[in-house]
Amino acid sequence: MNAMFKLADSKAPRLLRFPAHSIAGLAGTSFKHEHLSAILAERPAYGFFEVHAENYMGAGGPPHRALESVRRDYPISLHGVCMSIGGPQRIDVAHLGRFAALVERYEPALVSEHLAWSTHETTYFNDLLPLPYTEATLARVADHIGEVQEAIRRPILLENPSTYALFRDSTMSETDFIRELARRSGCGLLLDVNNVFVSATNHGFSALDYLSDFPLERVGEIHLAGHAEQSDDEGERLLIDSHDGPVADAVWTLFDIVAGRRGPIPTLVEWDSKIPDWSVLKAEAMAAQAILDRHAQRFVFGSTHAAR
Amino acid sequence: MLPADISSRDPGEKPSYGAAFSGALIDPERAIPNCVAGPNGKTATKRYNVYRNNVTVSLMEALASIYPAVQRITGAEFFRAMARFHVRANPPRSPLLFEYGRDFPAFIERYEYAQSVPWLGDVARIERAWLDCYHAADAEPLSATALGSVPADRLAKLVFLPHPAVRIVRSSFSAVSIFAANRNEEQTDQIQADDPEDALITRPTHDVVVRHLPAGGATFLTRLIEGSPLAVAVSAALEVAPIFDLSASMAGMIDAGVFTTINDGDPQ
Repeated sequence: MNAMFKLADSKAPRLLRFPAHSIAGLAGTSFKHEHLSAILAERPAYGFFEVHAENYMGAGGPPHRALESVRRDYPISLHGVCMSIGGPQRIDVAHLGRFAALVERYEPALVSEHLAWSTHETTYFNDLLPLPYTEATLARVADHIGEVQEAIRRPILLENPSTYALFRDSTMSETDFIRELARRSGCGLLLDVNNVFVSATNHGFSALDYLSDFPLERVGEIHLAGHAEQSDDEGERLLIDSHDGPVADAVWTLFDIVAGRRGPIPTLVEWDSKIPDWSVLKAEAMAAQAILDRHAQRFVFGSTHAAR
Repeated sequence: MLPADISSRDPGEKPSYGAAFSGALIDPERAIPNCVAGPNGKTATKRYNVYRNNVTVSLMEALASIYPAVQRITGAEFFRAMARFHVRANPPRSPLLFEYGRDFPAFIERYEYAQSVPWLGDVARIERAWLDCYHAADAEPLSATALGSVPADRLAKLVFLPHPAVRIVRSSFSAVSIFAANRNEEQTDQIQADDPEDALITRPTHDVVVRHLPAGGATFLTRLIEGSPLAVAVSAALEVAPIFDLSASMAGMIDAGVFTTINDGDPQ
């Protein structure tokens, strides 16, 4: 169990089974099987696709055939949904083994998981559940991230959650918790801008303050998605991270600000329910790409200028 | 020795937030946990209920996606009520949702309000087998040429290795016809529901195929899958169905990709 030696192994020469497509500066979408034939007909191939790791943990069959065909032409992002990194119990080693096997098999450009949990004892709840932000949970979650990174022999990107309730015994802010987690574990971050907007609305804080406090220099991917609206016990607006519609205007505005500060990094439009035609989802990604491209020009100019 | 269990590192700690937060997630009778609140300590009933709703509804939807023919037969409202009972009584034990609902067919058969549809459980068994077949490991099916090259005097002792995706579901009802008509969104009012039908579920090339096995076919293939030599499987099939047609069954099993390799029974 020596992390340094294991990490060194990954530098050994190895045969790539898939082309090493660059993901830098690209916008992408969730990969849905109903879009497969439309995607394979796209020429030239442009952008990237993100898949939920658990959907490809079967032994074989059509899911792997579909993912292989997409992976040949595009970079992919492997997004784990149920590792329970944020949970109090130990990481499920069987699940971690399956996850590591997918990283090995598909050589994804990005690998990510959530600051959340979904299994308690042996029951799987199929939702991203929240955790208290304390010194004790910080230490535990940092250990969990270390265990995952050791198994896959590369850093992960950890996603900020959307939450609906707060733990009474939290002692630090979410941004402080995430910054310290990244520092201790060496992980990168996946900034879900819709989650920031949803949580800010639900808990009455400023999304801009959150973003100013967030360690943007560690962000390796951005998520955008649609949300739904309900109300809480006092009749105040309660947003639900539903991934079932277009990205909201307020979220586009926040994304523009983040892209302006951080530069053009891979950005994903998530859409997991009430899935539209490919053309609709693609148009969302193109809108994100236009924002990334606008800031890319400024960043190229800016870095050239800075180098002089 | 493995490193110490993380949960035992700090014996003085309070009960885990995992137990406190999850206790009421799938139990609507339990009070919401007092470890959570809204901003400024305000009530969090509706807030906690978002998690409750996400858990139960997403798992009901998982069952609906595994069992679309069952849902078409019962109607969406009936299915949701039945699925809600099942989710609360039998939540998943694995994070892989395509493994969920193995006990749903048996649950359906015991479900009080589904007693008037006695074939529903078997239709569900075919749907569960369909999904297992879909995710099973890839393998090249046995070719007709490979089987044809076996000398006639070795046929009786021939043993077959099953393809990882093959499943057989036997029913006292017309479960295959009902399954097929509902999966294809066809009319079902002409189906005579109580003709016994056996299903063969395979993935010969890329896609899952469900076939209705002829008389004796399920006994024949089940014996071969268990590893019995060909002659033993044929006798067993003829015993249950004197009209069992061996050459048609052999051609059918090659076409369906039931097996991957043969062994002529010679221990060398």
